[in-house]
Amino acid sequence: MSDKISFRNVSHRFALGDSSFTALDRLSLDVADGEFVTVVGPSGCGKSTAINIAAGLVKPTSGEVLVDGRQVGGPGPERGVIFQQYALFPWLTVRKNVEFGLRLARKSAAERRRTAQHFIDLVGLGEFADALPKVLSGGMKQRCAIARAYAVNPTILLMDEPFGALDALTRVQMQDQVLAAWSRERRTVMFVTHDVDEAVYLAKRVIVMASRPGRLYEIVLVDLPYPRTEAMRLSPEFAEIRKRVWNAVYHQQPASMEAADDEDNRRRSK
Amino acid sequence: MLAMNVVAVVGGVALWSAVVAWGKVGLPSPLQVLVRALELARTGQLLTDALASLRRVLLGFCLGVALAVPVGFLMGWYRLARGLIEPFVQFFRMIPPLAIIPLAIVTMGIGETPKVFVIFLAAFLSSVVATFQGVVSVDKTLINAARVLGAGDATIFRRVIVPASMPFILVGMRIGLGAAWATVVAAELIAAQSGLGFRMQQAQLYYDLATIFVSLIAIGVLGLTMDRLLLALENRLTRWQERI
Ligand SMILES: Nc1ncnc2c1ncn2[C@@H]1O[C@H](COP(=O)(O)OP(=O)(O)OP(=O)(O)O)[C@@H](O)[C@H]1O
Ligand SMILES: [Mg+2]
Repeated sequence: MSDKISFRNVSHRFALGDSSFTALDRLSLDVADGEFVTVVGPSGCGKSTAINIAAGLVKPTSGEVLVDGRQVGGPGPERGVIFQQYALFPWLTVRKNVEFGLRLARKSAAERRRTAQHFIDLVGLGEFADALPKVLSGGMKQRCAIARAYAVNPTILLMDEPFGALDALTRVQMQDQVLAAWSRERRTVMFVTHDVDEAVYLAKRVIVMASRPGRLYEIVLVDLPYPRTEAMRLSPEFAEIRKRVWNAVYHQQPASMEAADDEDNRRRSK
Repeated sequence: MLAMNVVAVVGGVALWSAVVAWGKVGLPSPLQVLVRALELARTGQLLTDALASLRRVLLGFCLGVALAVPVGFLMGWYRLARGLIEPFVQFFRMIPPLAIIPLAIVTMGIGETPKVFVIFLAAFLSSVVATFQGVVSVDKTLINAARVLGAGDATIFRRVIVPASMPFILVGMRIGLGAAWATVVAAELIAAQSGLGFRMQQAQLYYDLATIFVSLIAIGVLGLTMDRLLLALENRLTRWQERI
């Protein structure tokens, strides 16, 4: 079987006092081995929940996620996760951060050092290998997080709005770096974003989700060859696909989006 | 910065002299206090007293912190432990450690034990809350990040929870140290034979203001020195923190 990740009727409800809130409603989705899919949808539609379930950090209320045909029971080093908030260990240097997973995998000191150095150089942080995260810019922090995830050699990368906090220019550079790494290694990538442009530029398929309850809304195939280029980004074909994704995201039932916003506000105001 | 601090100290002493020169308040002058300090230092009494107080503070403080850190970790890490321990901690925190002194005397006698115990209690209660706060405020994404890299609970505790709560623990230790010094003088009211607090008591009987001043200043200097040492340790261990 060539499906790397399969969501099978995955639902998740959060308990809220005596009621509950359906964050994800019967999501079924297959991601092929080596495929790059992006996930977009209005805020609160369950994108992070889906990623966390696939990562094994959240146990779904019902349904299951299969990775390589086996049910996910918890986190595993074959699934690398990259978080929006970088999640670097602030007390460790870039090098020690990248070595963190290697140490857990009981690699020898020499091998740790070699592997870490390789990935630090790959993401262009060579000069900062012994710096603490606090001196890095947002883009550098995220590159360090990417190096840390790559270092344990996962076959799957789960990325939850990894570039959400970056400026537009850094973002575009990071997109190209991620695509370059992907075309070399062909890991399976599931990449959450709220940027429609980014979603189309990166993916072979864009998974559009809807909220209240969080569910699969539409899958848009991006019929553009890899490697993706700037010319492609500016092409009419790209614009056409982008428009389809845009409409799928922003012209869902307006009521559902407002509801999601309200809830978001409520959550923040707490 | 240092220059300003020196100016402040010199200014303070000058103000003190001025107040004494004014003559309306019956205070000893800085010079008298200095003379008394030298005298007490020469006879060795100052050192004996300072060491006695320091020993109690250090003993109570170290015992308090040594217990507070594991208990704080337990409370933060296990819901059960939190449920069982928190009511007691919150309750005893509301009772000033000094209010425990009568109870301590009756139950522990008048030796060193009740004194050290009261200081221990003061240090423990302030540190335990800080440690517990540190553990519960560890960023969940850091725990998740460790988990997806393959960390189990023991590793997460050792490599994430402990370093992440270190700043809180050190702040708690400094508060605990302050509480320990605040308590020692009162603790030395319990039939002590030596100590800076005891010396002040004695001096009070003889209306010996200079000795009281010497003891007060000694307590201040010792407390401040220990606080600075802890601050240096804190800066060293938490250099990774983003400071604004
Ligand atoms: N721990 C929780 N307890 C209760 N409700 C939660 C919890 N986590 C998420 N939710 C709710 O579940 C829904 C889905 O959350 P999720 O974080 O997956 O959304 P998202 O699509 O990632 O949104 P965003 O684009 O804002 O990141 C949201 O409406 C949110 O309010
Ligand atoms: Mg999210």
